[in-house]
Amino acid sequence: MSGRCEADTTIENNSAATRAAHAYDLRGVHFCYGRPRGLDGGWVLRDVTLQVQPGEMLGIVGPNGSGKTSLLKLLAKLAAPQSGDITLFGRHLAGLSQQETAQTVAFVPQENAQLFPFTVAETVLMGRFPHRQRSRWSLGFGWEDQDDCRAASQSMATMDITHLAARLVTDLSGGERQRTMIARALAQMPRLLLLDEPTAFLDLQHQLDICSVLRRLRDEQGLTVVIVSHDLNLASQYCDRIAMLKDGRVCAVGTPSEVMSVERLREVYGCTVLIDAHPETGLPRITLPGPTLPVHL
Amino acid sequence: MMPSAGHPTSSPAALTSPSLTPNLMQPGPPITAIDRPLRGAILTRSRWCAVMGALLLLSLILTMLCLQVGTQYIGMGHIVGLLSSALFGTASEPETLRTTGVILLQVRLPRVLLGFLVGSCLGAVGVALQALMRNPLADPYVLGVSSGAALGVAVAVLFGIGTTALALSLLPVCGFAGSLVALLVIYRMAAAYDRLPIHSVLLAGVILNAIFSALIMFITSIMEPNRSFGMMAWLMGSMTAPAHPVLIALAAYLLVGLVLLVKQVRVLNILALGEEPARSLGIDTERTKRVIFLLSALMTGAVVSFSGMIGFVGMIIPHAVRLVVGADHRLLLPASTLVGGMFLMVADTIARTLFVPSEVPVGVITALAGGPFFVYLLVWRKDRLA
Repeated sequence: MSGRCEADTTIENNSAATRAAHAYDLRGVHFCYGRPRGLDGGWVLRDVTLQVQPGEMLGIVGPNGSGKTSLLKLLAKLAAPQSGDITLFGRHLAGLSQQETAQTVAFVPQENAQLFPFTVAETVLMGRFPHRQRSRWSLGFGWEDQDDCRAASQSMATMDITHLAARLVTDLSGGERQRTMIARALAQMPRLLLLDEPTAFLDLQHQLDICSVLRRLRDEQGLTVVIVSHDLNLASQYCDRIAMLKDGRVCAVGTPSEVMSVERLREVYGCTVLIDAHPETGLPRITLPGPTLPVHL
Repeated sequence: MMPSAGHPTSSPAALTSPSLTPNLMQPGPPITAIDRPLRGAILTRSRWCAVMGALLLLSLILTMLCLQVGTQYIGMGHIVGLLSSALFGTASEPETLRTTGVILLQVRLPRVLLGFLVGSCLGAVGVALQALMRNPLADPYVLGVSSGAALGVAVAVLFGIGTTALALSLLPVCGFAGSLVALLVIYRMAAAYDRLPIHSVLLAGVILNAIFSALIMFITSIMEPNRSFGMMAWLMGSMTAPAHPVLIALAAYLLVGLVLLVKQVRVLNILALGEEPARSLGIDTERTKRVIFLLSALMTGAVVSFSGMIGFVGMIIPHAVRLVVGADHRLLLPASTLVGGMFLMVADTIARTLFVPSEVPVGVITALAGGPFFVYLLVWRKDRLA
């Protein structure tokens, strides 16, 4: 079913009410950087139709260059599609201002090297910027009020970086910096959290920590999480649904068990893997073949 | 992270409830008030006032000290008396003080104030450009913005703009045009690499500097010898005492630039995070860039048209201030403004008193102080310039 998912959904729900029930609703989205060129248009994303349900954790996976990060940028309104449209809780994303979007959607980029020695607390407080009060006499200073500080401390506690509050972001380790950036996004009090490879470059413990915190936020606050990941196993264990991209097209959407099959992974990634059930969760577990196995199996 | 993080369901309530009861698993003292962890870690209004108050006081003291020294020493008592009589019109000074009064009010005071204004302007522009380009080495001199402004002024002088007060107050406009061209070229060159990597920005600056210097040398070479000599002296960064209306015009340019720049401080904070995070936080980055480019060009143009090319102030000062007061631009920008002013005022005082009666161009002093610092940053702190 998952392989033909787009075809099924476009027919059934077209009214505004059903679109509003989705956190995101993408219809026939085409996107490329610059202008379309060449015979096939040189699209980074082609005819992407995808729904994100409120309160779910959706994983976007796919090989290098399949358009994962571009898709996330479209969702964050950092780029605009050339054709097709995207609604955010029923409202057209193109019609929302950058600030309105930022009050609903928080985005954590993959690369977050920091050059300037802000403290962790200052960095987290920057997440309050979309909620600032405009006043004529503040001269752009806009001092944070009690609500801002409360939101920042809360998100720092959630990401367990309270003890780092006075440290400089330039001095943090990769894992600490990643947690700071997620805390900054949470301080935005978003309904949606978009993360680009949040676990890349992190060790095992930090990978687990970040995934379980995201899971907990989804359970307790109904946060919708869209996560781009290279790690098929993390996606399989932690995401409710997975969208698999290949060459800019969504080639499968569904639960991990529906999407992760040996045939599909061979088709998408071009290599044969072993899939069995995870001993604790029963969800699909992907293993690379050992060197002794013939690759054409 | 929690030790129990492998089991997501073990302690959910302690982490997200708004009242945040003391979390026993957290290292360090228990949290009682919700905003306790932020205390001392963020810039508060009281710290802002304390730092700015101290810097203002220090600027005042240094100004008085710089007014004292020169070819003729003037005592503090005389300075206070002369200044108050000039301000409040109680002209009752004895005959012996008349020449001292002329030296102080017509020569030394305008020069000291010019030094302060120019330095503060360079400090503020340095802060803005560093945040905008996300490059801790950015500075109007290094990027070639100053030489762009110098070229604009040189062209105006070549075509005989004259030396009336009105003409002199219009020179900043020519400088503005020149520095704007330089900034736009740099930005286009560096943006060809998608984001603005530090080294490509610096390379763009080197190339621009070379081109503009060649053009300026060409202009100087076709001028009459006596005018070209004046031009060379100005290019090296000089601080000849300006007439009062010119000083006021300069102060007006700088004040407008500063006020508009200060309106962007919180946006500068977020731009320093990176362009994509800034846009995802709701900032119109393209518009902000245009505003900051225009303001930087305006202020650099004004400064260069009056005092020539004074290097490295815009780079050293923000660095040093950032080390002490932190990276928050709400404090960094105004503090760098005051510290830059003090730095250049003192440097100019050294320049005019070191080899009395002859003078060292102040640009020589700042370059001798700033050049080695630049090399230090580039070589020993390269880990911070990733």
